Amino acid sequence: MKKIIANQDACMGCGLCEVYCTVAHSKTKDIVKAYNKENPRPVSRVRREISKPVSFAIQCRHCEDAPCVTACLAGAMTKDAATGEVSHNKDKCMGCWTCVMVCPYGAIKMDKENKVVAKCDLCQGQKEPACVANCPNQALLFIEVKR
Amino acid sequence: MAKYVIVGASASGVGAVEAIRAVDPTGTITVVTEEACAYYSRPMISDLVSGKADLQKMKCKNDDFFAKYGTEVRINKKVTALNISEKTLTLEDGEKVSYDKLLLATGGKPFVPKMEGQEKDGVFTFTTLSDAQRLAAKIDSINPRSAVVIGAGLIGISVTEALVKRGLKVTVVELQEKILSLLLDPKASDIVEVVIRKAGVNFATGQSVQKILGRPENEAAVGGVLLTKGEAVPCDLVVVAIGVIPRTELVAGTLVKTNRGIVVDNTLQTSVPDVYASGDVAEAFDFILNMNRLLPLWPLAVEEGRVAGSNMAGKKATYGGGTNMSSLKYFGIPIVSIGNSNPKADDTTVEVMVKLDEENNVYKKLVLKDNIIVGMTMVNCIERAGVLFNLMKKQINVKKFKQNLLSDDFSLAVLPLSLQRKMRVIQ
Repeated sequence: MKKIIANQDACMGCGLCEVYCTVAHSKTKDIVKAYNKENPRPVSRVRREISKPVSFAIQCRHCEDAPCVTACLAGAMTKDAATGEVSHNKDKCMGCWTCVMVCPYGAIKMDKENKVVAKCDLCQGQKEPACVANCPNQALLFIEVKR
Repeated sequence: MAKYVIVGASASGVGAVEAIRAVDPTGTITVVTEEACAYYSRPMISDLVSGKADLQKMKCKNDDFFAKYGTEVRINKKVTALNISEKTLTLEDGEKVSYDKLLLATGGKPFVPKMEGQEKDGVFTFTTLSDAQRLAAKIDSINPRSAVVIGAGLIGISVTEALVKRGLKVTVVELQEKILSLLLDPKASDIVEVVIRKAGVNFATGQSVQKILGRPENEAAVGGVLLTKGEAVPCDLVVVAIGVIPRTELVAGTLVKTNRGIVVDNTLQTSVPDVYASGDVAEAFDFILNMNRLLPLWPLAVEEGRVAGSNMAGKKATYGGGTNMSSLKYFGIPIVSIGNSNPKADDTTVEVMVKLDEENNVYKKLVLKDNIIVGMTMVNCIERAGVLFNLMKKQINVKKFKQNLLSDDFSLAVLPLSLQRKMRVIQ
């Protein structure tokens, strides 16, 4: 499957991945409105992790044997056997944070306002995820990787 | 064609169905459950009471799941006997079901100690969907003002939150001095207790209920409880949430070895060939305590069921083990607590690291043994708890960077590059 891969050497920690992820998951898809008008503000599903001089972006890795899918108490987290994608159904989610506890990457975000989790959905329907498309340094790549 | 029979249609039973089918596309799978609904989220029953979830939301799988997995589900069927030499189960109505491979995923039942007055109308347990439906219906019909919850563990706190959301005044009675004492150390317990008290909940710790009292107008209905220290607490409902005990009754008198639960090996097979056990009824491996024991937790039940199912179908799988681990969402304060998070004060073999930010209710604790994480608690700061848990599971030596583990900016980025590669964070 195609996954998002971080190229740590190229990442400068600008955080645009977070900004564009937030916009991509907003109602308005408008950067100004998403940040200033939408309440609650949409949650970015990617997080830039920094420990200077190291930085990189972390989002769901769509693990082969995904601990979040095994652990989900609600049946909200599922893995598509055909595509390999791990997806989250927020209508099923009970906000128990069990997936957060078991994610080895710390890649699952808490949407505290809506009391559910939020995670990378690879920007379904788009040619490329928003974080990859808007990374100024090509520090994020969307490439085919061995499963 | 192999005949697989699974008793119990919850987390572990369904995990086994998935694993069996992944190996054996043709064998017959029969799941027998005494419940009316196969496979719903047990942890979500408190949301049913509070009104946040309905039955449809609680169903963890699509309605066509069992059909898709070629599995026959027998609901409302209680298994009354197991005959190991015949390889049969007997159902309550006398029907016999034969098996080649059997999984006992019978779970646990609520422990209710003997209390005078426990037969009164208005006393509930809280583990199954029907428990929750009965409690919700009672609240709808009598419009109660107050409740006493006996037990301040996970189930007790979850039902307390649901009752508070329904507008009830709740008193929680707990035998231990601290709430959530199986999960949290005294400090973390205190932080949560203050938060829950602010929501209007009373706690009566260090005591239990000696008697359930009737109402002046109706002695047969709950009107209050008498605590062991002598205080009487008026209430309209009592929920007993002390804990669960494994349902081992089917194997009583058979060759299947039991301790507190059913004894299993690392393939989840019992002492009798072709009979497996998993989930809350089984004593599976705890990789932190390095021993087998009861760990009635949903994610472990799923994993154990998968391992059992795979072995039943002939594909060897071994269970790596789990440990005591829970994440809590109740009363808006997220908590993750895993492993040996509360070692005894005189345990000199462990190193304890803590960080407390009282103002923000943030508390972080790590317990290390020979520089390997063996226990952790994160209060109000859990988004990266999984990274630490992974270090624990993989038994990574953290000596060189342990000073960073509790820092505010802890993340995967602070780990040494070689470790990041090993954990496949970066290419």
